[in-house]
Formats: sequence, structure tokens, C-alpha cells
Amino acid sequence: MLDRLQELHDEAMKKVADASDLNDLKVVRIAYLGKKGPITEVMKGMGKLSAEERPKVGQKANEVRESVTSYIEEKEKAFEEAALLEKLKKESIDVTLPGRPVSKGGRHPLTSVVETIEDVFIGMGFNVAEGPEVETDYYNFESLNLPKHHPARDMQDTFFVTSDLLLRTQTSPVQTRTMEKHEGQGPVKIICPGKVYRRDEDDATHSHQFMQIEGLVVDEGIRMSDLKGIFATFVKKYFGEERNIRLRPSFFPFTEPSAELDISCAMCHGKGCRTCKHTGWIEVLGAGMVHPNVLEMGGFDPEKYSGFAFGMGVERFAMLKYGIDDIRHFYTNDTRFLSQFTRV
Amino acid sequence: MLVSYKWLKEYIDIDEYSAKEVAEKLTRSGVEVDAIHPLNKEITNLVVGKVVECVKHPEADKLNICQVDVGEIKPVQIVCGAKNVGEGQYVAVARVGARLSGGMKIKRAKLRGEVSEGMICSLQELGFEGKLVPKKYSEGIFNFPQEMLAGEDALSPLGLDDTILELDLTPNRSDCLSMLGVAYEVAAILGVDVKVPEPAIVASKEKASDFVKVHVEASGDNPYYGATVIKGVKIGESPLWLQTALIASGVRPINNVVDVTNYVLLEYGQPLHAFDLDTFGSKEVLVRRATEGEKIVTLDESERTLSGEHLVITNGEDPVALAGVMGGATSEVNDDTVNLLLEAAYFDPGPVRKASRDLGLRSDSSVRFEKGVDPNRVAAAGLRAASLIQQLAGGEILEGPVEFDQLNREPREVSITLDKVNNTLGTQLEVEQIERIFDQLQFPFKENNALFTVDVPTRRQDISIEADLVEEIARLYGYDHIPTTLPNTPTTPGGLTTTQLKKRKTRRFLEGAGMHEAISYSLTTAEKEAHFTENVQSRVKVALPMSEERSTLRTTLLPHLLDALSYNKNRNSYHVHLYEMGSVFHTEENQVTVQPEEKTYVSGAFMGLWHEHSWQGEKKPVDFYVVKGIVEGLLSELDVNGEIRYVQYEKAGLHPGRTALLEIDGKEVGFLGQLHPSTAKEWSLPATYVFELNLQSLMEGTEENLRYEAIPKYPAMDRDIALVVDESVKAEDLQRIILNHGGKLLTRVAVFDLYQGENLAPGKKSLAFSLRYLDRDKTLTEEEVSAVHEKVLLALEENAGAILRS
Ligand SMILES: [Zn+2]
Repeated sequence: MLDRLQELHDEAMKKVADASDLNDLKVVRIAYLGKKGPITEVMKGMGKLSAEERPKVGQKANEVRESVTSYIEEKEKAFEEAALLEKLKKESIDVTLPGRPVSKGGRHPLTSVVETIEDVFIGMGFNVAEGPEVETDYYNFESLNLPKHHPARDMQDTFFVTSDLLLRTQTSPVQTRTMEKHEGQGPVKIICPGKVYRRDEDDATHSHQFMQIEGLVVDEGIRMSDLKGIFATFVKKYFGEERNIRLRPSFFPFTEPSAELDISCAMCHGKGCRTCKHTGWIEVLGAGMVHPNVLEMGGFDPEKYSGFAFGMGVERFAMLKYGIDDIRHFYTNDTRFLSQFTRV
Repeated sequence: MLVSYKWLKEYIDIDEYSAKEVAEKLTRSGVEVDAIHPLNKEITNLVVGKVVECVKHPEADKLNICQVDVGEIKPVQIVCGAKNVGEGQYVAVARVGARLSGGMKIKRAKLRGEVSEGMICSLQELGFEGKLVPKKYSEGIFNFPQEMLAGEDALSPLGLDDTILELDLTPNRSDCLSMLGVAYEVAAILGVDVKVPEPAIVASKEKASDFVKVHVEASGDNPYYGATVIKGVKIGESPLWLQTALIASGVRPINNVVDVTNYVLLEYGQPLHAFDLDTFGSKEVLVRRATEGEKIVTLDESERTLSGEHLVITNGEDPVALAGVMGGATSEVNDDTVNLLLEAAYFDPGPVRKASRDLGLRSDSSVRFEKGVDPNRVAAAGLRAASLIQQLAGGEILEGPVEFDQLNREPREVSITLDKVNNTLGTQLEVEQIERIFDQLQFPFKENNALFTVDVPTRRQDISIEADLVEEIARLYGYDHIPTTLPNTPTTPGGLTTTQLKKRKTRRFLEGAGMHEAISYSLTTAEKEAHFTENVQSRVKVALPMSEERSTLRTTLLPHLLDALSYNKNRNSYHVHLYEMGSVFHTEENQVTVQPEEKTYVSGAFMGLWHEHSWQGEKKPVDFYVVKGIVEGLLSELDVNGEIRYVQYEKAGLHPGRTALLEIDGKEVGFLGQLHPSTAKEWSLPATYVFELNLQSLMEGTEENLRYEAIPKYPAMDRDIALVVDESVKAEDLQRIILNHGGKLLTRVAVFDLYQGENLAPGKKSLAFSLRYLDRDKTLTEEEVSAVHEKVLLALEENAGAILRS
């Protein structure tokens, strides 16, 4: 009987090996392992065996069953995997087709510049102050040491609304307004971004409307060397560690001494090129020590307090930073222009 | 200000420096040199020639055959087309092989059979600007006005070996509107001395006061008037040195007398005027304010109408000059002038500026008087000019001048301490260093215990307070030498205000939603505004607009956003969604007298597709609900609390059926909707949607009240209902009924379907809502929910005639 079982085993294993699909396996399973299969038949004849032989045959029968079953299962698994693979292959897609776009807008480059500069100064302990765009002559000029008929008023062509009201030509009026709010008590540390207006014909480098950021620090013991220090820090944070600054004497009615601030040219690293007009330096802002008259009109005692102020053109910063060649691009709102700054 | 480097060297010894070096030093210490112009634009081989013979070309009427002595054994033959060429002239000859400005090369040529070995040059051919060339030579070749040495190099006599520094002066440095002023500045930087001219004259025994009297009525406007009388001058062409100096400074030579007054104006910064004494009209100079409507014909042949704010020089009756601005035509110096009245005066900046402004007349003279001239140079300049005129035009200077003099010539005394200097600059300067700087500036001073008392020379009108002295010290010490420090003061916390943060949040949200930020002009036109509002009266208008296009301050951000859409559409961008955040300007007044109210608005404009996916064929055009979704999202982002309502709304410029007014607690804060098709057409736009929100009032009504709410432990139960109602019933009404009757178990209501059409009675629509019931304390039973739900359904039927759709 043992031989018979071995025979059946070999037969069944061969059939499993030959099976070409799940169905073939099913047939083999029913044929050999089913209740009416030959193994069961053999087992039925076990009663005739001696007590010694019986367990041996029983054991052998079980071994045969397990061996065949395990082989069938192994083959079944292989067939299923192959079938799944077949199915998945049919589901294949073209991964090179474009994805579903996530619609994303973006900030205007001028806003990006303003926010970045705001953040740098906030990090240095500044607050952000704002003021009206239609200003009085007093705040825009007089409180800034520019009395009526002062020759320096010619530097700025003004859109007047009435003899006393005008579109602010600079963000500096926010200085006086902020100083007034402090009622003669320091410290004042603010930057004031905003739109300003001048009677200029629009061209590649002029715009009748543009943006400025004004800054003001007033406290006891503020020195011109501090202005240099704050700007060295700002320039390195905003334009990069490798940039240097220099101050040149200049004139603004509301500061004394006054200075233009230059940064070293990024294109040529100070060697001189077209961008920097062969000077190695690029003018970026005007600054100076707050004029005593301005402190006084803002309600601060110039004997006790001193301060510095600065003003920069946002368009100029954006043009320098991104290499934009025409100021009018900022105001046409062409999406082909705007969409270039969505990553900023 | 154009500074001839050659001329400058007459006052200071700076031979060891190049023009470029001096320019760099000037710029670094505060007088910016905008450009350096070498006058010789690569001209070579240019010599003085003497025309020894000049005959007509036998074959050509317009050509002359000249034999020109160029310092060689034999003259050279040059064919010249200029009408004004003639025998005996000294001319500028470009020899064969010469190069002219612009790179033109001179070659040996044959003109109608005659050899020409070189070219006799006009000033224009030598690179002089046409408007600066004296009239006499503007149509032909140049003649040297004096005897020259044939064959000598012509570049130097023509001043072409000079370099011009173009100064970009700040308004405070009007002292550098003169050669002497620039000389003092360069001297201060380089530490050299200044040689000031010392004019000498021989006065005749006749007295000027016998020929002219001076009366000044407006002594405040004219504290000094000096009248010098020069008799018997001979008007003629100025010598070459004077002409080239003027041309280098951008002034066209006219005649010896006028050229001298211009020369001294440039040299001293003191404008002068020469009248023809014989056509002056009287023997009296009377300076007074003009009468209202008084007229004068100025040198430029225009008739000017004056007002009481203008100052005039009169002959006792009629104005003969507009004081400090321009002379009159009647007493102009011309070729026949013999006797002169030379005016040297101090005019107050006020009336000069007023006249210059009112009449649109800026002259080299007005520019200087407006800034305030040096009171100590007025009479000196008069003397200098008289001496030069005598030297160049002959004549007798009568004893004088006749003067009216109330001029204050005292220097201003300004004091400063060493500590003040160092505390302002952050430096550690010593007394000696400051003394050296004042010496270089030639500022007389006394020092006592580190207190400096400075007598600021009157040429430096810009220095009046200690801060001005600090600046002088700083710029001569060198800004580069000021240390770099950080403030010694306590640190301050910096940050944004809630409003500023919310503005940033608004931007982030709209950008995340897919919109690009636009920035447009605040100035617009009344017509554009009129599309959106009935009331165009109350507008803030610019008094003297540059163009109609920029005449009015905007009250809405929409028109320029629509301009931007239109601009993009014309450039083939069809799906554009823009927003802008900015100020609008409202006034209640018809004629603005007070500052208008400025409010921050945020507006959006959308055209084309909202979503598109090319190969999947998805296309979702923008519609009302896209825009509403954005507005709703923004309100939620800004934590707007209060009752938010969207009310059907009719507004100019918008689609009457597709526009909603946004109300928060009953207060209007904006609107959204489709642009009226006819308005869209005005801008050549397709279907366009917009919103405009008063961001300021939105932010006012908000407060951050974000609190964590426990996640429910028990399951909620959802019931969906479809209601059939009249078409006129609004979703909002049904929603309110549901909320009012759902009790505290009802936690959420949402519309999820709208159906109109087949299977419904005409005039009806079906709206489907999803209701969520939840008890935070226990699991809800069917019975509990049904009890509430039935009440809701009943209320819907009773209040809105809503029938449950089966
Ligand atoms: Zn460079």
C-alpha cells in the first residue's frame, strides 16, 4: 500500500507540474485529494492492515496529501500573481502626460520686495507705520524742513489737489505723523512703505506713481555710525553677505548730514561694469541724520534726541534684484510678467 | 553746472591731478560729478592756417580754391565750400591724414579737377554743439578772431584740450554755481589755496553819478544796486580765450560786452546786466515792484505781463528789465552801443523765483538769484566786469559806481563743540583734526575749550546751524572713515499690527486661490469711474493734471483691473484672475478742502476659465459661484464674525440678475457679481466677474477667536431632503428656516443640489439639503432625530410652501 501511495503521489505531482492554469489545478485537486479520489480509496482499505502497518500507511497518506496540497497551493499562488500582473499591465497609463495643474496665483514683485524688507527690519526691532496718500502741505513738506518756496521743493514735482493738499511725493510725512504720536518719547523705530506720486512723464525709468520705503530711528544717542551699521546689516541680509556699502555726502532738506548709500555691484564685484556705470557701486538709497528742525516739529527735543532716516525706491530694488529693465512693467499687470514672480 | 577744467586751473594749482581724479574726489565729498566730457573727441592733425589766397573755382560757383599757409615752405591748396572763407583769415585746418570728431578721416581729394589737401573746418565739424557756435560762424567756417601762428596746433587755442566736469548740484550747494565756488570746494578737498582775481581799473574823472541816479523803492527785494557807467566802448567779437571759456560752460558767445557779463556770472556766480545807456530812456534807475498788468518786452522778444509780486528795473517810467531774470529789449546792448550802464545788484530770491515761475522764464541769472548770491561778491563782480570790458572793448569807466546799499555782508556765526561732532557722527575726532578741516574750507574760526565759533563765509549760504558744520566736517573727514556701529540703545520688539497681518493674510489667501496680485495707478479718469457709480461729482481731482488720463483719484479699484484684463486679452492671455489691494479716495465735498477718506479696498476681476485641463478635456469657466466661494473663503480666513448676508443687488456696471451685495450685520461691505455685458463690451471683455470689498471695514469687524472644540465622541446622523419650492424662494430663506427649527441637535445644514426642469411643475424648483444631527453627550436614536426632523419639515412647508420631493 505504501508503494501505491508513492505511486499516486508521483502521479499527482506530475499533473500539478503540468497544470497550465488554475482550472487544471482544480481538476488535479478534485482527482487526487477529493473524497472520491484514489488516496481516500487507499485509506478505506486500511482496516485490513495489521496494527503495526496501519500507522505507517496513515502517516504516508498524510505526507502525500500535504505534499500535493502544498504544491497545488504554491502553483495557485504563482498563477494568481501572474494573472494580477497581466491585469495591471493592461491598466498601464502614459506617465509622460501632464498632471492636473494646481492653480496658484502670486504676489506682485513690488509687494514681495516690500514684505521682504519689512521682515528684515522687523527682525531688527522695527515696526511698520502707514499714512495717507493724499497729504497736507505741512506733513509732506513743511514739517520736513521744506517751507513754502524752499528751492529744494523743485526736486520734486508735485500733484497738488488744492494749495494745501497734495498727493504725497514721498513716504517721509509718515515720519512726522509717527513722531507726533510718540509725544516726544523715544525710541521710534519704524519703516513706512507706500505709494508716492510725482509729476513725471512715464518712461523706462520714470513713473508718476511709485513705491517708497521710508525708515526712521529716533532715540537718545543715535549716531551716524549707527546708520552705517544698520545698513550694513540690512544690505547683507537683503542683497547677500558678500555685498559692501559706502556712504557719499548728499543733500536732503530733512537730514543733516545727508548721504547716498551705495552697495557694491553684484555683477562685477566692484571691478566696474555696465550695470554700475563702471564705478563698482550702485546707488540704492538716501539717508541721513534727522535734521534738528524735523525733530523739533515732530515734538522731539533735538538737544536730547537724535536719529537717522532713510528712504528707498521699491521699484529700484526690484529692478536691481530681478534684472527688470523697464519700470512700466510693474504697472501694466501683464500676467506673463506677474507669473514670473509666483515663487518669490 | 559745466566746469571747464582748464578754466578752473586759473584759480587753483592742481596740475598734479587729472580731471578724473578731481571729479572722483568731488563726488565722494558731496558735489556729484555726473559726467566727465573730454572736448577733444579724438581729433588729430588740426593746425592753424592762414588763407593767403582765395579764388573762385573755375568749374564750380560754390567752391573756392584757397592757398593756405600751414607753417610750411609752401602753402597747401584746399578747396573750400564755405561762403565766409576769405583771404587773410586764420582758420582751423584739418590736414591730410587728420581725424575729426566722429572718426571722419581727411584724405587728399580732387574736386572738379582741383587738388584739395585738407579741410578748413567749421566749429560743428570739430564737435562743438551747434547752439553754442557764435552766429557769425554758424553757417560756415570758423575764423580765429586774432592773429595766430600758422602751423601751430589748433586744439589748444580752440579749447579742445579741455575737459568738462558736469556737476549735478544739490539745491543747497548753489555756491558751486560759480567757478570760484568750485575752486573753493576743490581747494578744501585737496588742501590748496585759491587765487581770487584782483581787478584793477583806471577810472576817469567824470562821475557816474552825473549820468545816472539810483533809487530803490523795494529795498527789501533789492538791498544793493550798483550802477557803473562806461563810456565809449567798441562792441566787437570777444577774444578766443573768452569765447572758448563760454562755449565750454555751455554759453554762446555774442559780443565782447555781453560775453564779459556772462563770463563774470560764471566766474563769481553773480549775474550782471549791461544796458545801452543811450537807449535806457532816462538818467534814473528806479527799482520797484511791477504794477498789476504792466508789460515788458524781454531780450527774447516776448512780451511779458507782470504782477505786483514781480520786481522790475525801470528808467523811472517804464520797465527796462525784469530784475534778476532777464533784461528788456529796448535797452539791449547791440553793435552800435557806445555807452554802457552796468548793473551789479543783489536781488532777493523771493520775487525772482516768483517771476521765473509765473512767466516760465528760467535764465542763468534767475537760477542764481533764486538760490541767494554771495553778498560779498556783488560789487566785486561789477568791478571785475568793468575791468574786463575796458580791457576788451575799451572805453572810460566813470568814477563810481552809483550805489544803493543796505546789504548785510556780515558772515554768519555758528558754534559747535567737539563732543557734538563726535556724538553725532560716532567718531573720535580731536580738536586739531577739526581745525584742519575748517582751515581747508577757509572758514575763519576761534577755538576755546573744544568749542568752535565759526564765521561762515557768505559764499556758503547753506550753512546756518551746527548740523551744517557737522556735515562739512563729516564730508571732508570722509564718510568712509566714520565707523560702523549698532545703536547703543535698548532693543525694541518689532512686528506687524493685526491689520497689517490681516492684509498679508488676505494676499496669501487670494494667491492660494489662484489669483495674481495687480498694482495699478491711483489716478484715473472720471469716465472710467462713471461706469460704476452715479455720483461722479464728489471726486478728488488733481489741480493741474498732466493728462485727462490721470486727473482723478479712484473711488473703486475695478476700472484699472478691467484695463489689466483687457491688456492681457490683447496679448492672448484669456484666462486671467487678478486682485488688487489698495487705497480708494472718497470725499463728501464737491470742492475738496480737507483730506479725503482713504479706505483700503480689495477687489478682484476674473475672465475666462477657472480650471482647465487640456488633455482631460476639463473646462470650468468662472461663474458667480467661483467668485462667491473666494469671497466666502476670505471672510472665513479673516475671522469675520457677525451675520454675513448676500443680498440680490442692482448696481451700475453689473449684471442686474447676477450681483450680490455683501452685508455683515446689516452693514454694506462690498459686492460681487458679473460685469454688465455692456460694461464688459466697453472694455472689450468676455463674460467677466468681479468683487470689490471694503477690506478696512471687514478687518474692523473681526477678531481672532479661534478656540479648539472637542471632537465629538458619538456618531452624528445625516438626513438628506429634497424640497420642491417656488422658483423665487431663495436657498438662504430655506436654510434659515431649517436652522431656526432644528434645535440644538442640528449642527449643520448644507445645500447639495439644485434642480429645475422636467418632472417638476412649471415655476418650481427642487433644492436638496443635507442636515446633520448630533448630540455631544450620547448616541442619538432614530426617534429623537425624527422628532426634530419632522418639526423642521413642517416649518418648511408652513413658512415656505416647501414640499418634500418624493
Ligand atoms: Zn558692476
